[in-house]
Amino acid sequence: MAGAVSALFLLDIKGRVLVWRDYRGDVSALQAERFFTKLLDKEGDSEAHSPVVYDDAGVTYMFIQHNNVFLLTASRQNCNAASILLFLHRVVDVFKHYFEELEEESLRDNFVVVYELLDEMMDFGYPQYTEAKILSEFIKTDAYRMEVSQRPPMAVTNAVSWRSEGIRYKKNEVFLDVVESVNILVNSNGQIVRSDVVGALKMRTYLSGMPECKLGLNDRVLLEAQGRATKGKAIDLDDIKFHQCVRLARFENDRTISFIPPDGSFDLMTYRLSTQVKPLIWVEAQIEKHSRSRIELMVKARSQFKERSTATNVEIEVPVPSDATNPNIRTSMGSAAYAPERDAMVWKVKSFPGGKDYMCRAEFSLPSITAEEAAPEKKAPIRVKFEIPYFTVSGIQVRYLKIIEKSGYQALPWVRYITMAGEYELRLI
Amino acid sequence: MSGHDSKYFSTTKKGEIPELKEELNSQYKDKRKDAVKKVIAAMTVGKDVSSLFTDVVNCMQTENLELKKLVYLYLINYAKSQPDLAILAVNTFVKDSQDPNPLIRALAVRTMGCIRVDKITEYLCDPLQRCLKDDDPYVRKTAAICVAKLYDINAELVEDRGFLEALKDLISDNNPMVVANAVAALAEIQDSSTRPIFEITSHTLSKLLTALNECTEWGQVFILDSLSRYKAADAREAENIVERVTPRLQHANCAVVLSAVKIILLQMELITSTDVVRNLCKKMAPPLVTLLSAEPEIQYVALRNINLIVQKRPTILAHEIKVFFCKYNDPIYVKMEKLEIMIKLASDRNIDQVLLEFKEYATEVDVDFVRKAVRAIGRCAIKLERAAERCISVLLELIKIKVNYVVQEAIIVIKDIFRRYPNTYESIIATLCESLDTLDEPEAKASMIWIIGEYAERIDNADELLESFLETFPEEPALVQLQLLTATVKLFLKKPTEGPQQMIQAVLNNATVETDNPDLRDRAYIYWRLLSTDPEAAKDVVLAEKPVISDDSNQLDSSLLDDLLANISTLSSVYHKPPEAFVSRVKTAPRADDEEFADTAETGYSESPSQGVDGASPSSSAGTSSNVPVKQPAAPAAPAPMPDLLGDLMGMDNSIVPVDEPTAPSGPPLPVLLPSTTGQGLQISAQLVRRDGQIFYDISFDNGTQAVLDGFMIQFNKNTFGLAAGGALQVSPLQPGTSARTLLPMVAFQNLSPGAPSSLLQVAVKNNQQPVWYFNDKIPMHAFFGEDGKMERTSFLEAWKSLPDDNEFSKEFPSSVISSVDAAVEHLAASNVFFIAKRKNSNKDVLYMSAKIPRGIPFLIELTAAVGVPGVKCAVKTPNKEMVALFFEAMESLLK
Repeated sequence: MAGAVSALFLLDIKGRVLVWRDYRGDVSALQAERFFTKLLDKEGDSEAHSPVVYDDAGVTYMFIQHNNVFLLTASRQNCNAASILLFLHRVVDVFKHYFEELEEESLRDNFVVVYELLDEMMDFGYPQYTEAKILSEFIKTDAYRMEVSQRPPMAVTNAVSWRSEGIRYKKNEVFLDVVESVNILVNSNGQIVRSDVVGALKMRTYLSGMPECKLGLNDRVLLEAQGRATKGKAIDLDDIKFHQCVRLARFENDRTISFIPPDGSFDLMTYRLSTQVKPLIWVEAQIEKHSRSRIELMVKARSQFKERSTATNVEIEVPVPSDATNPNIRTSMGSAAYAPERDAMVWKVKSFPGGKDYMCRAEFSLPSITAEEAAPEKKAPIRVKFEIPYFTVSGIQVRYLKIIEKSGYQALPWVRYITMAGEYELRLI
Repeated sequence: MSGHDSKYFSTTKKGEIPELKEELNSQYKDKRKDAVKKVIAAMTVGKDVSSLFTDVVNCMQTENLELKKLVYLYLINYAKSQPDLAILAVNTFVKDSQDPNPLIRALAVRTMGCIRVDKITEYLCDPLQRCLKDDDPYVRKTAAICVAKLYDINAELVEDRGFLEALKDLISDNNPMVVANAVAALAEIQDSSTRPIFEITSHTLSKLLTALNECTEWGQVFILDSLSRYKAADAREAENIVERVTPRLQHANCAVVLSAVKIILLQMELITSTDVVRNLCKKMAPPLVTLLSAEPEIQYVALRNINLIVQKRPTILAHEIKVFFCKYNDPIYVKMEKLEIMIKLASDRNIDQVLLEFKEYATEVDVDFVRKAVRAIGRCAIKLERAAERCISVLLELIKIKVNYVVQEAIIVIKDIFRRYPNTYESIIATLCESLDTLDEPEAKASMIWIIGEYAERIDNADELLESFLETFPEEPALVQLQLLTATVKLFLKKPTEGPQQMIQAVLNNATVETDNPDLRDRAYIYWRLLSTDPEAAKDVVLAEKPVISDDSNQLDSSLLDDLLANISTLSSVYHKPPEAFVSRVKTAPRADDEEFADTAETGYSESPSQGVDGASPSSSAGTSSNVPVKQPAAPAAPAPMPDLLGDLMGMDNSIVPVDEPTAPSGPPLPVLLPSTTGQGLQISAQLVRRDGQIFYDISFDNGTQAVLDGFMIQFNKNTFGLAAGGALQVSPLQPGTSARTLLPMVAFQNLSPGAPSSLLQVAVKNNQQPVWYFNDKIPMHAFFGEDGKMERTSFLEAWKSLPDDNEFSKEFPSSVISSVDAAVEHLAASNVFFIAKRKNSNKDVLYMSAKIPRGIPFLIELTAAVGVPGVKCAVKTPNKEMVALFFEAMESLLK
């Protein structure tokens, strides 16, 4: 039932081994390299291939890509695929924490630390420890190396494995950003196929000692359980996921969100809301193709939120045929330009208040001849990006954030709300 | 925080190794450290720096932790190639394992466990024992994993030294990470042992559940995965476990969530209260849906698992089909899996929306995805009777787009729809016929032909349509030919007019005379006989009503499904194969049955799309091809050789070598091994010979029968030297009264038989006319004497002395005579027994000679004989005593 990986490879974009750590001595780097380069050759495009591949020598390879680096594991056992793939993503996070960016160059520049980290994060093919912040307390790069007695921080094996003791700040502060991403999929007939909201409570903590935190939300289940009159709006959160610092059993018990936070920034919780929301920005596009000579686009965008809110950095991407030329574009607001590298026209509106309608007209020329056996055009949807500050779709509210530390300091929580577009797609006819 | 290590890679001057050696022995600490970094850099880029072993190990005694880690890393890499030198490191390891700094103690025991050298392993035991009881949990958690390492190298040692008990004690450790690692180690050990080692009792259960709340996310996965083998005693306990595990569904780590889902699903089996089960199903849905917001790689694993979960408990996600709708930017492997789940969740309630989606996908650019989308529409039609009509109209719309592969895929699924709903949707046939010319894929063609044949009476110009296909009959693939044959017969039976009559003649003629395909030929003969003897019976058979199909493709067998559900989140659940199918405990040997498996894994989804009309999904294909009751007619006197039979007969495992072109070597007559009296007229003589350093089987066949013998094949049973045929046995068909002789190249060490060495070589020969003949031959060991067997005088003496006396054997060959020393030396040299020296001992000559067999086994020989007098005494010394008897046999035959 259990299973471990045999080795972890860091490969360059062509699939050649940069650094690898052999954990169990039962796979060969040469074989892995050969297998993986062949895979890359065959597919040409790593996107196309599922991240779990079996070769005929009894080895399973799992991989992810980050920048120009592949992280690959080889395994001969029935290991936990979800855990290993997630682990690889965490390895990326740790490397990013250490080297700012993970890429071929930074690996070469830091191979000594890379080896050290690989030794600490995984043992005998079992994931061990991936808290970058704590790791950097006892595995240091040259730049930060200090002559201190190096011992494993208590946190490595503690129940509170994400925070070290003895942190000190002059000013104790907590920043809490409530970020909601709206995902929407609208069919070509204008019907909303799917819509959901994924929210995240992103925290940055600068707190001394071992602070006990308690977070109160306008969670309907909790408020009703407490028998409180729901002042204002209470909300239903579909699925909540907590950072490992949150005591899950306690939450299950009485819906209290209590935790000792890690130091610095982290996602305290994410939640999902599947109630259908009205699309905040609605886009309609009429596309007229005049035989094979030119194409006319008429795009209408409407903000469907209250007037007191304003969407910023609105970006509407309307696909155009890849062989379009000679753009002629007019907008009633903002600016639009042809982005041939994306096969699209991109219309940007810096500030888009609620309850407004804006228009954009464009005309492109098309070549009069076309390949006879032309492959069907890729049918990209209209994609929209935007941000609406001081606003949440769900109506979630942080009612309080209590911070109790034994030294008794006062800490200031700062809360911000923002809504943005996630996967916001409107299909064209 | 960026480093500058890349400079260490840049030293590629000549004489790098000596330079590094010097630096490693420098008196300055920093220089030594830099040198070690350079060594590691060289190792990283794949250069062999093993020759610096001693120098690097000398740097091991250092206070600098970073340097120590590098030296340890070097050791892990090269200890195996320098096992004797590795022992140099042991002292430092043992010392480090008692260092006041827990980081160093843990590092020492962690590294020692990674060095897979027996000698080191012995020294690992004491430090490990100590570290398992260390005060620092960091050391204990490292030691826990180390027990699994040691078990992998030497299981016996682990059991003898009581490490298993120590490991089990760690389950009660007060530190959650130690518990988690102990669990991981125990689970691994259990997996490679047949004895019960790690049994979870209700006592350990509560310990594990407690540790679950406190250990790191990875540790939680270990614990949850190990709990999946725990069988709760009753519903109450199951509910209890579920209650403790459910909070994990809220964990941010997807692996924790999936493993928790696994436990809940497993325990649900025991829970009797429907309310509780319903409640749990409701609780699991949101976390499962949220998994689809994870990174695409995780989504993929999640989707493969959800595929299993919806088969077992369709209700959990019955209302969530929308979350499986494909996003434009989803990687293709995610889209494919989503599609599969959409089909599974499609219902009368949501089919309209699902169809809109499928239609959208069918106009995308990725061909595989488009095809799968079209097929999905067909599968929904078969699954949902009330939606069938809507599905068909979508398919027809797609056909009108006239994208070649969409049309072909649509026709394939429409054929299945006709099989599912006979006499319902035939009105669309006319539309289908319009696309006839665009069909160029065998499966699509075969499907269209089936449709024409099946509905010949309703298609006015069925004969014309079929005729257009018939023109290219000989060039068509077998799949299409078979369908054409059947369709023509159907047409003829339904419209016995002149046109079809001519067509049937042509087809039957083509299929019986001008084809090599036995399936096609046999089916044609059956039709022919049926039609010529009793056309009414033919109608009953060919036009019989076919059973209605259902869509059960991609549905797993329930016991396999349960098996896979117990493995949720693991590779097994990704592959949809039980772990045994791809995990081989043998470290290197790949398993034969993995091949087919590799295919599925590579395409990334488990569907086995029915490749032909006779393809994978048994139900949907059955009707189209099996109009003939005898689908696979018994082949009369199969013309093709049946290698399996011979292999099975003798329990041999290397492949049969077919007999091919003749070659005719000549030479001295060979010993008869199969007399013609035994071989029903066939006589076989053969002998192993050595030519130009290679071993051949010199074999000759005498055909004393009245018939031509052909199709000779040969097979060797397992034998001491593992001899097997190294090429094809080349014998042309043998006319009566003639003989053929050939040299069959042999390879050694292919199929070794265990047990005491023996010269016995069992041979089986078959041909197409006779039964299999078995006979025994002797392997003359001198055939193995290598050309490299000559030894220098000094090395001979050294070797002789170095071998203990009980490796010396001697034997008298009473009937052998040496008539001339020189002649004997020359004769023996021809067989690679090389002369080294001789001396006189009274009236006798003493010859010292050497010979060598593969794998470097030497024979040091002393022959004592009086010239011209019968009786030779042969003494031999060799490290391999078992071979002595065979050696004497060989020498005796050489001295004859």
